[in-house]
Amino acid sequence: MNKLNLKMKNLLALSILAALSICSVQADTLTLNSSGATFPAPIYGRWFAEYSKLHSDVHINYQSVGSGQGIKSFVDGLTDFGASDAAMSDADIASVKQGGVVLLPMTAGSIVLSYNLPGVTGAVQLPRDVYPAIFLGEITKWNDPKIAAANPGLKLPDLPITVAYRADGSGTTYNFTNHLAAISPDFKTKVGGGKLVKFPVGVGGKGNEGVAALIKQTPGTIGYVEYGYALQIKLPMAALQNQAGKFVAPTPESGSTALGQVELPENLRAFVTDPAGDGSYPIVTFTWWLCHTQYTKPGVADAIKALAAWCLTDGQKLAPDLGYLPLPANVVTKVQTAVSTIK
Amino acid sequence: MQTATAPSPAAGTRWIGNKWAQRSKIFDAFFSWATFVASWGTVALLLWIALEVGYAAFPAVRQYGLGFIIGTQWDPVNDQYGALPLIYGTLVSSALALLIATPLGVAIAIFVTEDYLPLKVRNVFKFLVELLAAIPSVIYGLWGIYVVIPITTPLGNWLNGHLGWIPLFSTPSSGPGFLPAAFVLAIMILPTIAALSASALKTTPMPLKEGASALGATRWDVILQISLPIAATGIFGAAVLALGRAMGETMALAMLVGNNNQISASLFAPANTIASLLANSFGEATGLQVAALMYLSFILMMLTLGINAVAELILERTGATTRHL
Repeated sequence: MNKLNLKMKNLLALSILAALSICSVQADTLTLNSSGATFPAPIYGRWFAEYSKLHSDVHINYQSVGSGQGIKSFVDGLTDFGASDAAMSDADIASVKQGGVVLLPMTAGSIVLSYNLPGVTGAVQLPRDVYPAIFLGEITKWNDPKIAAANPGLKLPDLPITVAYRADGSGTTYNFTNHLAAISPDFKTKVGGGKLVKFPVGVGGKGNEGVAALIKQTPGTIGYVEYGYALQIKLPMAALQNQAGKFVAPTPESGSTALGQVELPENLRAFVTDPAGDGSYPIVTFTWWLCHTQYTKPGVADAIKALAAWCLTDGQKLAPDLGYLPLPANVVTKVQTAVSTIK
Repeated sequence: MQTATAPSPAAGTRWIGNKWAQRSKIFDAFFSWATFVASWGTVALLLWIALEVGYAAFPAVRQYGLGFIIGTQWDPVNDQYGALPLIYGTLVSSALALLIATPLGVAIAIFVTEDYLPLKVRNVFKFLVELLAAIPSVIYGLWGIYVVIPITTPLGNWLNGHLGWIPLFSTPSSGPGFLPAAFVLAIMILPTIAALSASALKTTPMPLKEGASALGATRWDVILQISLPIAATGIFGAAVLALGRAMGETMALAMLVGNNNQISASLFAPANTIASLLANSFGEATGLQVAALMYLSFILMMLTLGINAVAELILERTGATTRHL
């Protein structure tokens, strides 16, 4: 008994020590908690790491839990700022107890159509009436006359088309399906736009990596992934026909051109579902930070403002390397004005 | 202990000894109280989870009622939710897995209970099969993607090309689907079936086997006509328990089943299961979709609880319990 008691006491003491050491934080560091979209997580991770190197008094936690969860945590006051690919609905904004909300577009990205066509070299061009039809299951062969007509230089194989989509709810699906709904009335009525939709055909993969694995594995598969991800693992990307009728390959330039077409409204919430302009790549999206207009915790407002200011200037330079689109100058100016209203 | 039992003439020491005995009594009482709380706490936790899930599912239950179970659309855009393709996918993938795993598992069980090999070798063999249960689900999923699917895809396409008129082979393989999912699932539930079937087979009384042999029965006769019939209920129970485990399996299935909410008779068509849909769509779900997902979890919970209860009842009757698992 004696020995046992001693052991238990030791154990207790040890566990208290362990708990204490976990809890201890440096008193002079300010920690900002944030969570949200997975799509911009790589660039946010880089930004926050770089920023903490320059400002050792600020530490930023970012959990990439998905836009929906990011909004929820922000509304519940669990985080200092949230992040979302689908901005935030008016209903969600109204449910925030602590004053108003500022939406800040912080970076942007393109969504590309990647495919697996053995023996086909050179980018496949997909017309505006073709790629929605592929995702509706109406065009089922790669040598369909409609695809062949747009690609006179390519010898397209007699392969069935397998559609690969995101099985998990995601901002990528949200922006991709909203684009399809904008250019195809058929897609709008049969499927519609959302974070998780019911595609009539195809197989679902979890995350960008799941869709990429599906594409890589089965010849004839086409799927949508983020540009940065496709670039990183060297998937071929289709050139898409834009509103002006031109076939445009996804590049940082064509993406930025598309973003430049948008006139941001007062609340900075705009979805670029079908950008105009000859050089615009058609599927681009902003992604937002969700901040309070007023912070009660001392120092938080200033820290967020300083962080946002850095991300909008120096941070933007990191975007192309990571596969994101730098914000156009006119957008940056507008966001900076919005940042200055945070108190 | 030693202080309490050691004989000591000094009264002072005896007094200390009594004190220790008293303390140990208090400790015993405390310990039995703690185990009581812990065990009832577990039961309460189960009820609490069920209540909580049911409560969160309530908006969907009110909206869709029992029609939810037979609805075939899962359309978050229009807030239309029906669980039938998911229930179908869950049951079919688990049943297929069971169909593959049961013969294999029983064969393994016979092999390790008969003395074909020295006991030491059999124990190593048994250990290796049980080790399959220790492999994380996600590893099975990756293995499925990079090893199983490249094998099942050409196989599926060949069968579809030559025997496409059979409903089972009516679609070409699109990579993920029922077949690779069921195959990997079968390997995951194999240890459960093998271990429980082996313990059921061990309950065959030795005198019966020896008597049959003495009467001229071959080993083949003994296995088929004595051991297996006696163990049959236990093996059935093992299969039902494995079914319950297969139905709740999530990660490997989410990676292999194709995540398409459709009902297709084809083995090669993509499908979806309840657990996989839950894992995939919870993160971004809002409003009524959350309630619908909770309703779905409630259905899955009831299904697996029911199946596990049936399995435990069967195993209880045969004496082959899950104790050693």
